[in-house]
Amino acid sequence: MQIDPKEIEELSKALYVRALKLLPPDIKAGFATLLRRETDAVGRTVLGTMVENIAVAERTDNLLCQDTGLPIYNVTIGRHVEFDGVALKEAIRRGCERATREHPLRSSVVHPITRKNEQTSCGVRMPLIHVDFDAREETVEIEMIPKGSGSENGSFLDMLIPADGVAAIKRFVIDRVIEVGGRVCPPTIVGVGVGGTSDLCMHLAKIAATRPLGTSCADPEGAAIEAELSEAVNELGIGPQGLGGFSTAFRVHVEIAATHITMNPVAVNIQCHSARRASAVITPGGISFV
Amino acid sequence: MPHHVLETPLTETQVRALKVGDTVTLERTLFGIRDGTLIALFDRGRETRLDLHGHALIHTAPNVRKMPVSNENPTGYAPLCIGTTTSQRLERFTRPLMERYGPRLIIGKGGMGPQTLAAFGDLGGAYLAVVGGAAALQTTWIEAIEDVDLDDLHPESLWRFRIKGFGPLMVAMDSHGGSLYARVQGEATARRDAILAGLGASD
Repeated sequence: MQIDPKEIEELSKALYVRALKLLPPDIKAGFATLLRRETDAVGRTVLGTMVENIAVAERTDNLLCQDTGLPIYNVTIGRHVEFDGVALKEAIRRGCERATREHPLRSSVVHPITRKNEQTSCGVRMPLIHVDFDAREETVEIEMIPKGSGSENGSFLDMLIPADGVAAIKRFVIDRVIEVGGRVCPPTIVGVGVGGTSDLCMHLAKIAATRPLGTSCADPEGAAIEAELSEAVNELGIGPQGLGGFSTAFRVHVEIAATHITMNPVAVNIQCHSARRASAVITPGGISFV
Repeated sequence: MPHHVLETPLTETQVRALKVGDTVTLERTLFGIRDGTLIALFDRGRETRLDLHGHALIHTAPNVRKMPVSNENPTGYAPLCIGTTTSQRLERFTRPLMERYGPRLIIGKGGMGPQTLAAFGDLGGAYLAVVGGAAALQTTWIEAIEDVDLDDLHPESLWRFRIKGFGPLMVAMDSHGGSLYARVQGEATARRDAILAGLGASD
């Protein structure tokens, strides 16, 4: 199978808009789960407003949230796929820019030093494009994540040491969730990276924060911490929007990587309740949104 | 808890009557402001021609569509999606903003800190929580973009919206030292040690 850059451009544009408008089914189900357990009156009202907003966005064909985020494209390329990598990345960038101009969308992207906004949602190294490979035959999957800044500002890394143990990892997560309170737009998905290098640890936290609800860490030790911390954060009482209640997080997600004998790094990256992402799969049969 | 329907601009007496836990629906006018706007006004020596006295400001930068100038779209911008942003980043601006331009209400998400709470007490102001990430809904409460200033900062311009039934919003910080955020944060901190003990992760 050959990848046509024009097709990638159109799809990258469509996925950005689609991600901003339609919340994935697992997140909608996550609201239903929280509403079953939320007893705080304010918490229930706030969750109700969020659920109403999802319906209004669908009915009025509008964006769920004003924050169009930092655009992230995760490209996974299967076997026996021919492509020009440079053309692929250029096509994604053009699609991102066209979504911004043609929808139109607010460009939330600025130069980090001059703060100049090019009004394109693009800039130096932005959109962020990750390319990876998997074993699927003649398949390309593109996932688009508009990462909101309120929750992205709830990002932390600590290069703990082995003597601190797993206890310090758990303490770090709880303390950061208390610290950010309502600023990260709870209920959230708290993404936790454990291990790796410093940069990989932070990236693991992002993978964890943007993983669908209902999935678990593939590593049994990671999954155990995930389950424990998921209960613990909802005992804090921070609640939806930090106004009090049970629903501080949909879930804590953990991703791990092997690390050095001298290291014990932990990272937190948070995803807000508007946990937006959209994916499509390209095969010889055509494009399907998943 | 009382519900207040308030037409802007407001008097100090009206704002001092608001207490944490009350709800508010705003009518008539709302201004949009955020990082870039406040940095321009307070760090870069810019000024605005818009009169904010007694008004409500929402921490926002909207999604808009360029349109021909008309009665409906006097600025040439139609509202597309307008919500809120995290307020805490703008903490250091509340007092100078109130002193220089006289707004009475700040609307946003996530709450603000002790400097803002002190400014509300001294000058007569309150913070109204609007649900973050619910912009599709909040856009239906906005009728038009009436005016825009400092638009070279777009989308972080200073916006004036005409609103209808903007709410309900919750009074989350008031002029009497009340802050729902500080209370929730205090309770979470008080629960911390027991939660960590349960995780086998005590200090």
